[in-house]
Amino acid sequence: MAHELRRKTPEEALRECQAEEAAAKKGHLKIFLGYASGVGKSFRMLDEARRRHERREDVVVGAIQPHVPPEVEPILRKLEVIPLRTVGNGTAIDVDALIARHPSVCVVDGLAYNNPPGLRNPTRWLDVKDLLDAGIHVIASINVQYVAELRDEVEAITRKHVDQTVPLAFIQDADEIEIVDAPSVEPVERSPDEQLQAREYEERLSKLRELALVVTADVVERQLNEYLECHGIKQQFGAHERILVCITPRANLQEMMETAQIVAKRFHGELIVAYVRQPNISPADQSALDARLAIANAAGAHVEVLEGDDPGETLLEFARSRGITQLFVGHSQRTGLARLRGSPLDKLIWEGHGMDVRVFPQ
Amino acid sequence: MGYAAGVGKTYKMLEEAQELKAAGVDIVIGYFESHGRKDTIAKTEGLEIIPRRRVNYRDSIFEEMDTGAILARHPQICAVDEFPHTNVPSSEHLKRWEDVEILLAAGIDILTTMNIQHLESLNDQIWQISGIRVRETVPDWVVQQANEVVMVDLTPRALLNRLQRGVVYGREKAERALQNFFREQTLVALRELALRQAAHEVEHRMVNGENRVLSSDGVSVGSQKRHKILVLVTADPKTAMVVRRAKRVSDFLGAECFAVAVQPSGDLSGLPQTDREAVERHLNFARNLHIETRILEGDDVASTLVDFGRRNQVTQIFLTRPRRRAWSPALSRDHAQRVIGLAKDMQIVIVSDREPVRQ
Repeated sequence: MAHELRRKTPEEALRECQAEEAAAKKGHLKIFLGYASGVGKSFRMLDEARRRHERREDVVVGAIQPHVPPEVEPILRKLEVIPLRTVGNGTAIDVDALIARHPSVCVVDGLAYNNPPGLRNPTRWLDVKDLLDAGIHVIASINVQYVAELRDEVEAITRKHVDQTVPLAFIQDADEIEIVDAPSVEPVERSPDEQLQAREYEERLSKLRELALVVTADVVERQLNEYLECHGIKQQFGAHERILVCITPRANLQEMMETAQIVAKRFHGELIVAYVRQPNISPADQSALDARLAIANAAGAHVEVLEGDDPGETLLEFARSRGITQLFVGHSQRTGLARLRGSPLDKLIWEGHGMDVRVFPQ
Repeated sequence: MGYAAGVGKTYKMLEEAQELKAAGVDIVIGYFESHGRKDTIAKTEGLEIIPRRRVNYRDSIFEEMDTGAILARHPQICAVDEFPHTNVPSSEHLKRWEDVEILLAAGIDILTTMNIQHLESLNDQIWQISGIRVRETVPDWVVQQANEVVMVDLTPRALLNRLQRGVVYGREKAERALQNFFREQTLVALRELALRQAAHEVEHRMVNGENRVLSSDGVSVGSQKRHKILVLVTADPKTAMVVRRAKRVSDFLGAECFAVAVQPSGDLSGLPQTDREAVERHLNFARNLHIETRILEGDDVASTLVDFGRRNQVTQIFLTRPRRRAWSPALSRDHAQRVIGLAKDMQIVIVSDREPVRQ
């Protein structure tokens, strides 16, 4: 297999043990993420609840949407439901009743709901946190629209105000996340008048769908990294494209940044910009470098400043530590073929395992 | 699309088939592989299954999809399991996806299933992740033709549970599987790859939809600079890897892609037989991925390549990594150094090996 096994450091082992201990006491959270209502989250969630119930796990339903699709009803009839509490005009899950009942697994639909005022928590996801702390496993569902950090993006797509959200960190910390995907285009015959409206609607759905897939991929990647770290495996998987733009005083940074931004966008990749600080840089080179840093900053990139005697080695080490898959570098010298010999470029091309090297014109 | 056997692709496909049938659509199952899974078999109930074609090959009986029978039956929609499957050698088509092309051409809509590891352009990344070289691949353009790609997701933990409970495979096969694709970290990485690919498939369809609208109005297709990608084809076995990568990048950037070999005679006759066969194989491979190919006439590979690139407004040239560690004198067999020196107006991409560190 493609990894290098190394011994865990004592700190790593300790951290792992602590995490395991904490996980043993806390409930396990599984989230079904969808991109719109109607993609089938409730069904998938309850179908899992049904299967667990059939395997004799103690499952209860803590919250379900008021209007469930017909295929959900027969499942619901088989499961114990703890009714929602009604407070004023609103409803909330009955945390006290659930903790008193203390099932093994609790199903909570609609994670993003706000609770009516006067309850122990203002939001349903905080209630879920209490259930988890009490050692109850939770299966929950949420639409990508309700992720707090995506609110601006989502409002731009849907042109609707989002007032109930769940922080991304809560979703990222879930033990398991599963996406409920469905086609965003309904194969329906439409009149030309309806077509334009339908296309706009489909495009909005497609954007939300893309967002949901990318968010899930990011969570999965985080879990992969944690797994690898926890098991002391050092390996780059390259499932996520990561581009490193290397700034040098004579690099054509405008073109490099433009290409890097397009590539990063299209691959849903990550863009990192770095340069290696050089000790005895000439004033001319320094001002050239400053101009390039300004370009990078203007493009909204965060520039990593690296320290090291050997620029090639320093960049490579950094690239490896970040799991880079594409290195963007400037031409070494206009005419100096000879300078390529033993140059940093040579090193990057040769030792950048798993990294394509893209050499830009000057 | 899924990321491993057992995530529920066939189940999901059959579920959709049942819904379509209930809605009055004329749908049949063209090919179905049960793997002995009870839940999946139950989902075929009430659906018409076209019997498989039995093929005698080397004294064994094989069963394949009966494309002729499906054409004769001509349903509105046909569900076909295991899209990347390779047919038994005596078959009319080498691949099941080629049979599916025939059905599509006849106006039959298709529902089909595949895993991410069978996508051609990811072959090297899959190797890097899993240490397994997948032989049954589907060219990316075939998948791009699909009107929709839907991700069938399941967490690796749930999948491993199913595998251990014997739901996915029989015991012996399950144990073997646990040694290969079914290691947890491999599954997680494959899943990430599948999710990102699914996101790309959604975006790709959206972008192309927009372009269609724009170009029909006579408005230019986006303000972005159009990229053209050129790949050098040689006898080097790493050429296949570079072709895949170049194609993937050009697909993602919406760029055109050409692959060229350079020979003094303008054809491959001057090469020793093994090299000629290798170059032919690589050119053929590129054509199968829908890349236009050409053999250029020229004594000097680097300058011929760069001249061709310049005449054709190429913006990026993709090359294999040079064979030797140090950059060697000007007329070496390694072209990368000279191409970089000559093509100061283009981006040169040296494609890295994506080998697993240790098998």
